[in-house]
Amino acid sequence: MKNIPVSALIGLFFTALYFLGAIFAPLLAPYGMAEVVGDVWEPSSADYWLGTDNIGRDLLSRMIYGGRTTIFIATMATVISFTTGAILGIFAAVSGGWVDQLLSRFVDLIMSIPTLIFALVVLSVTPVTVPMLILVMGLLDSTRVFRLARAVAVDIEVMDYVEAARLRGEKTAWIIFREILPNALSPLVAEMGLRFIFMVLFVSTLSFLGLGVQPPEADWGGIVKENKDGIVYGIPAALIPAFAIATLAISVNLVADWVLNRTTSLKGGRG
Amino acid sequence: MSEPLLKVRDLKIGATVYPPGEKPHDIEIVHGVSFDLMPGKVLGLIGESGAGKSTIGLSSMAYGRGGVKITGGEVWVNGRDILKSKLSDIRKLRGGEVTYVSQSAAASFNPAKTIMEQVIEASVEQGKFSRKVAEDRARNLFAKLGLPDPDNIGARYPHQVSGGQLQRCMTALALCPEPDLVVFDEPTTALDVTTQIDVLMAIKEAIRDTGVAALYITHDLAVVAQVSDDIMVLRHGETVEYGTVDQIINNPQEEYTQALVSVRSIEHEEKAPTEEPVLSVRNITARYQGTKFDVLHNVNVDLYPGQTLAVVGESGSGKSTLARVITGLLPPREGEIYFNGRTLTPDFKHRSREDLRELQMIYQMADVAMNPRQTVGTIIGRPLEFYFGLRGSEKRKRIIELLDEIELGESFMDRYPAELSGGQKQRVCIARALAAKPKMIICDEVTSALDPLVADGILKLLLNLQKIEDVAYLFITHDLATVRAISDNIAVMYKGKVQRYGGKTQVLSPPFDDYTDLLLSSVPEMKLGWLEEVIANRKMESAGN
Amino acid sequence: MNPVLKLLAQRIALSLFLLLMISALIFAGTMILPGDVAQSILGQSATPEALANLRADLGLNDPPLTRYFEWLFGALQGDLGTALTSGQDITSAIGSRLSNTLFLAFWAAIIAVPLAIFLGLLAVRYKDRWPDKLISGVTLASISIPEFLIGYVLMYLIAVKLRWFPSVAMINDSMSLWQKLNSIALPVAVLTLVVLAHMMRMTRAAILNVMQSAYIETAELKGLSTFKVIWRHAFPNSVAPIVNVVMLNLAYLVVGVVVIEVVFVYPGMGQYLVDHVSKRDVPVVQACGLIFAAVYIGLNMVADIVSILSNPRLRHPK
Repeated sequence: MKNIPVSALIGLFFTALYFLGAIFAPLLAPYGMAEVVGDVWEPSSADYWLGTDNIGRDLLSRMIYGGRTTIFIATMATVISFTTGAILGIFAAVSGGWVDQLLSRFVDLIMSIPTLIFALVVLSVTPVTVPMLILVMGLLDSTRVFRLARAVAVDIEVMDYVEAARLRGEKTAWIIFREILPNALSPLVAEMGLRFIFMVLFVSTLSFLGLGVQPPEADWGGIVKENKDGIVYGIPAALIPAFAIATLAISVNLVADWVLNRTTSLKGGRG
Repeated sequence: MSEPLLKVRDLKIGATVYPPGEKPHDIEIVHGVSFDLMPGKVLGLIGESGAGKSTIGLSSMAYGRGGVKITGGEVWVNGRDILKSKLSDIRKLRGGEVTYVSQSAAASFNPAKTIMEQVIEASVEQGKFSRKVAEDRARNLFAKLGLPDPDNIGARYPHQVSGGQLQRCMTALALCPEPDLVVFDEPTTALDVTTQIDVLMAIKEAIRDTGVAALYITHDLAVVAQVSDDIMVLRHGETVEYGTVDQIINNPQEEYTQALVSVRSIEHEEKAPTEEPVLSVRNITARYQGTKFDVLHNVNVDLYPGQTLAVVGESGSGKSTLARVITGLLPPREGEIYFNGRTLTPDFKHRSREDLRELQMIYQMADVAMNPRQTVGTIIGRPLEFYFGLRGSEKRKRIIELLDEIELGESFMDRYPAELSGGQKQRVCIARALAAKPKMIICDEVTSALDPLVADGILKLLLNLQKIEDVAYLFITHDLATVRAISDNIAVMYKGKVQRYGGKTQVLSPPFDDYTDLLLSSVPEMKLGWLEEVIANRKMESAGN
Repeated sequence: MNPVLKLLAQRIALSLFLLLMISALIFAGTMILPGDVAQSILGQSATPEALANLRADLGLNDPPLTRYFEWLFGALQGDLGTALTSGQDITSAIGSRLSNTLFLAFWAAIIAVPLAIFLGLLAVRYKDRWPDKLISGVTLASISIPEFLIGYVLMYLIAVKLRWFPSVAMINDSMSLWQKLNSIALPVAVLTLVVLAHMMRMTRAAILNVMQSAYIETAELKGLSTFKVIWRHAFPNSVAPIVNVVMLNLAYLVVGVVVIEVVFVYPGMGQYLVDHVSKRDVPVVQACGLIFAAVYIGLNMVADIVSILSNPRLRHPK
């Protein structure tokens, strides 16, 4: 673990901080999530480190619980997006023929509409619950993972060592798991970081638009929405969760960048 | 005696390298090289990849490619040290006094502009000729270089002419501004052998007629011997030997030069056909899926146990397709293949494990033929495990035996492919094929990506292993020197057909058909005056024109 | 037939086909997914009779295919149906909002595109020096920042603290162009920032890719000045990739618009869409989704057409 660049260390530190905060939220939060403890938009004080929100709840507590929701939804959606996209993508590449055509053309179709617009269309008719959000976000985003996984796998597929394995008589499972996957891993892992960031931004945007996590549940996008009217009066409460989103995203990005560089420069790495 | 046109003194060139997992740092790639070039003379710079020959050539234009920097020494052109010149003076020199012909004309022409525009650009830009005069010069050069329709070819775009023609256009581009010096950087390496000879002759005549001086850079000593007055042999950025063409070819002093001169002289006694052939290809006709043209027409060849059949031809001759048909990657449209006396199932997916085991393959690019995430031990061990069920210490013992056979040894077991040199990689691929104890191995251009001396080592190893393991080789190659070195039987392929087939001596002895004659005569020989001799005796135009 | 024309025709046909498939997908998505429009309009406490009446009114009892084709042919004739919540004609409601949105996106593009290309060239010129590093740092940050954060930060600093521009982007037909521009200054600035970094980095990559070609070396070895190398040899080959970059980012702008309109309470398509998603007004959502998709597909088509037209291999066949 030597030679970690400073940027990646900073990224790792903040990512760990946010994830620990999410896991131990009930222990860390000084007040309850929906507990009204003070006046509307009180400035920060010894009692309320970040002040209070638009109906007098402790902003720090809401931020901690909100982070938990945001990170949980983003993580679950990333898992769905990733497993669906990567498995189908590699499967399409290895199968070729009509299986590949069918899957690829369908993904092209979904990707010809902006993800946010598609999500809005779907969410206009489905109940807006957390599992539904995770499912919609994960499946829509899996198209991007599919494209990457397929492209990477197709590149590896045509390598002579894969042909050599086929000519040796190896089964498809060996080819996928022993020949292709180890070589596809580093771009996919780096992509996972990017997908997670995208999910954080995505769920925050949906909540900000009022179409994501529903009150009184808190999430960072929702907290921005609740406090946005304060901006006009010069109360910056809405900026706090927005900064939290940005710092989390940047931290994960720094880590992903480092993982990508590190795994490709391993001995025996590609290039 | 007049002043040298180009005088290089103690030239040192550095580059920044970015090794994985380490900080980028500077290394020296050329360590103090000196030479002189008189007006109108040709100096050949020869060496393997990494010898620094291109870098030295470009330094005569004060140019460093990529992160390359000239770090010391002097480069005098027409009496000026250009390393001390201002950028504006260097720009006058480039494209005016000194011009450049690259290896890949296809990449060096701008796809968005006509050939004529690009050929005359430097002349007009440098104020050497008016546009009209430059265009006339270009048309003359096109004619002199043997391009078809010289008056109109300039109006075409680069993708509209063939590779051999484009390489001549690049030569015209370099000669148009009437330079004092042209740097030719491997100008014929990317061409087929029968095309190479025409381009080489065109270049040679153009040099002679215009009286220009030239630096001719190549890895092929036989080629450079045809065009140069002097030769400098380089290795690892240092001069090995520097002398006249006659001295270097006929009386090399250094051991390395001697090795280069004698590189194509492996002696291999032809073996007579034995009992039954291990492989019989019968009436094979094949085409790629979705295309309408057969790439193989009614091909018949035999390979005998423990012998080598060389399948030789230029790009597009169908020789690699034949390999794909035999391995079962491309089931043929018609015909059959007999292996060990049995009919071989056309599609490899339906072949028995025994058939797959007994027919192995070695690839041209060893880099991509090995999984970069597996160690040498895993790569060689997998066939042992897969075909023979060997495990643990038994497997390890056998891997070490194989590593010894390919002259690498036990210490290579835990290395990754990226840590091996090109020749070592190819050896590991050979060991992987041998691990299956095959009856025959298909070798697809296995030496063409390697430097000549390394390739030589691989050929010797293959011949040696053939004796020990009694394995047959189907050897696919475009290089006739390799064919001479290794084959017992030869099949010459041309446009998807077997043009000539038989024992080595028979195929390589007259009377020849026209194509075989062209192909055989096109292989550069390590002999002065060979080029003129061949051109004078040709019966047929090369395929690339 | 001229091969270029044939390719263009194919590309346009593909876009139309995509749009048709998208319309089917949007329609199917809103009809087949769980959840009932009538239920959502009337809420959980609605009586079964009221639900049945509403379903009949909305034509929900017809077979889906019939409803799809009625909707599609209506849309083709410019009739997007009526909004469930207000009973308003959707086409007329969208008309002014669409032009407002395009007005906003147009001015953002006018500023962002030249600026991004200029800065991208700057990054190439000073590759691996500080301007280049600054640009890649800003890009990293900008893909990590939600659009609404940039929006509120600018609003907080410029509108609330400095009071240079209004915090809410009101716009109506009686305003002069200057008043309108003043009103949308902040959202335009935010949109510009949102796409700028991306566009810069992609422009940089596209030009660097061309600059690494062997023909650029040939040009340098002809003794041409840096300017001439770029203008004569790099530029003609960079047009297609740069247009691609621009179109991709304009398509991205379309999405950014949705959020920014909500932040600045701007009366455009995005705001309209978001409002009606919350109200579960399906016909409006369908109409807006279709229009956004059409714009997006159209921009991608333009990018492909430009790269077909600028490819010398296609313009001058063998």
